Amino acid sequence: MKTIIKYVLLDLLRNRVILFYTIILAVLAVSVLGIDDNPTKGLLSLLNITLLFVPLITILFSTIYFFNAIEFTELLLSQPIKRNKVLLAEYSALTVSLSTAYAVGIGIPLLLLVSGIESFILTLIGILLTFVFSSLALLIFVKFRDKTKGIGIAIAIALFFTLLFDGFLLAFIYSFSDYPIDQAVVGIIAFNPIDLARVLMLLHLDVAVLMGYSGALFKKFLGSATGSIFSIACIMLWIIVPLLLSVRIFNRKDL
Amino acid sequence: MIKIEHLSKSFGKFAALKDINVHMRQGQAISLLGPNGSGKTTLIKSILGLVIPEKGNITINGQSVKRDWSYRSLIGYMPQIGHYPDNMTIDQVFALIKEMRKDTHDYDEELIRGFQLNKLGNKTMRSLSGGTRQKVSASLAFLFSPSVYILDEPTAGLDPVSSELLKEKILKEREAGKLILITSHVLSDLEGIASHIIYLQDGDLRFYSAVEELQAATGEEKLNKVIAHIMKNESRVAKTIQ
Repeated sequence: MKTIIKYVLLDLLRNRVILFYTIILAVLAVSVLGIDDNPTKGLLSLLNITLLFVPLITILFSTIYFFNAIEFTELLLSQPIKRNKVLLAEYSALTVSLSTAYAVGIGIPLLLLVSGIESFILTLIGILLTFVFSSLALLIFVKFRDKTKGIGIAIAIALFFTLLFDGFLLAFIYSFSDYPIDQAVVGIIAFNPIDLARVLMLLHLDVAVLMGYSGALFKKFLGSATGSIFSIACIMLWIIVPLLLSVRIFNRKDL
Repeated sequence: MIKIEHLSKSFGKFAALKDINVHMRQGQAISLLGPNGSGKTTLIKSILGLVIPEKGNITINGQSVKRDWSYRSLIGYMPQIGHYPDNMTIDQVFALIKEMRKDTHDYDEELIRGFQLNKLGNKTMRSLSGGTRQKVSASLAFLFSPSVYILDEPTAGLDPVSSELLKEKILKEREAGKLILITSHVLSDLEGIASHIIYLQDGDLRFYSAVEELQAATGEEKLNKVIAHIMKNESRVAKTIQ
């Protein structure tokens, strides 16, 4: 397994898309942090950029990568090795390379310009979201045979979590505003990894109460520490559950 | 060597393989023939464990392919389409597979030298032509001198010189007592290599017999004439063989 991770990683680190992704992130980070003297504002802008682009780019790139590598995967599977090892090795190499791109692109400028716990949390968020959405991409790959269909579904999933979900949540909050739905809203947020990531960041900035309903709710109900643990635990589930499902399906899949 | 018993597989409503029973032995070079969609690739992939059989059993040297994956160290597989990660170099591809098959240390690098791939070691897979990628796939299949070779359209896309080189290598391995399983639509390429023919149609095993028997039954010498004859007068020949 380590062997496959090593060689696939060597391939991915020379991948042009990943290099381009790193550079774009670095340019965005440096320019956003350079505009304002207030580091909190810069962090919030970077947070929004992360929440919008990391899921979309990760899920798209990963889905396309898994489908393109299908013949190579078959060749690896014709060697004496367990099926799930090949799958998990490819997943690991992919997440490691995309997370490295994020850590280099956003993490290093943050470390140099705004160090502190908030910068660390933002980098962690980007990496966690990378793991979540490549895990979802893996699930799409094992579930569907057709590449075009898979890419379509990947885009749909990314748009659902970045845009649609919050729309539904808002509609829900407006229509039931006369009822005590606060706890229900906290529960619903657990179903969106991007909202969880946003909450995790806002809990560590003093602006939590100003920055939106969900942040305020989390702070009120769970407090900073419990809220952080709760959202990290939920995000971990968003990584592990699709991954386990993928392995299960892949073990019975015809290639 | 490879024993297939009552193997059936369907994809949805489409029955790709229907109750296949074959016993392949060492020293045979079996050519898998049949029209497109007749189940050749499904049969190969079932042996490799890439397709999970619905019913039936496949054993290699008495080892079932179902649970244990270690039997694959006996097999050298050359896929029909060699698609590799873009930025991996030829050397890296060889190193990767070598590290995955640590049980073998005697490498058969005859094809690598024959195809002169050792001079292209630092080239990335993206920069290679289709034919060169095919050469990499072929060299990988022969690298570990396995006891079973599974070659899917091995000569497609190769230039005449390389194709000849590969055919010579296949013959050599056959004489060394290995079991070779080839699919190819270029029948003239199988001339002199194939010792047995398996003919599949619509997922059914139509016949499995030695080339000499088929030549005697049809009265033809050349392999492509033999097969054409059988396809035309299938039922009559089938009776003669049995």
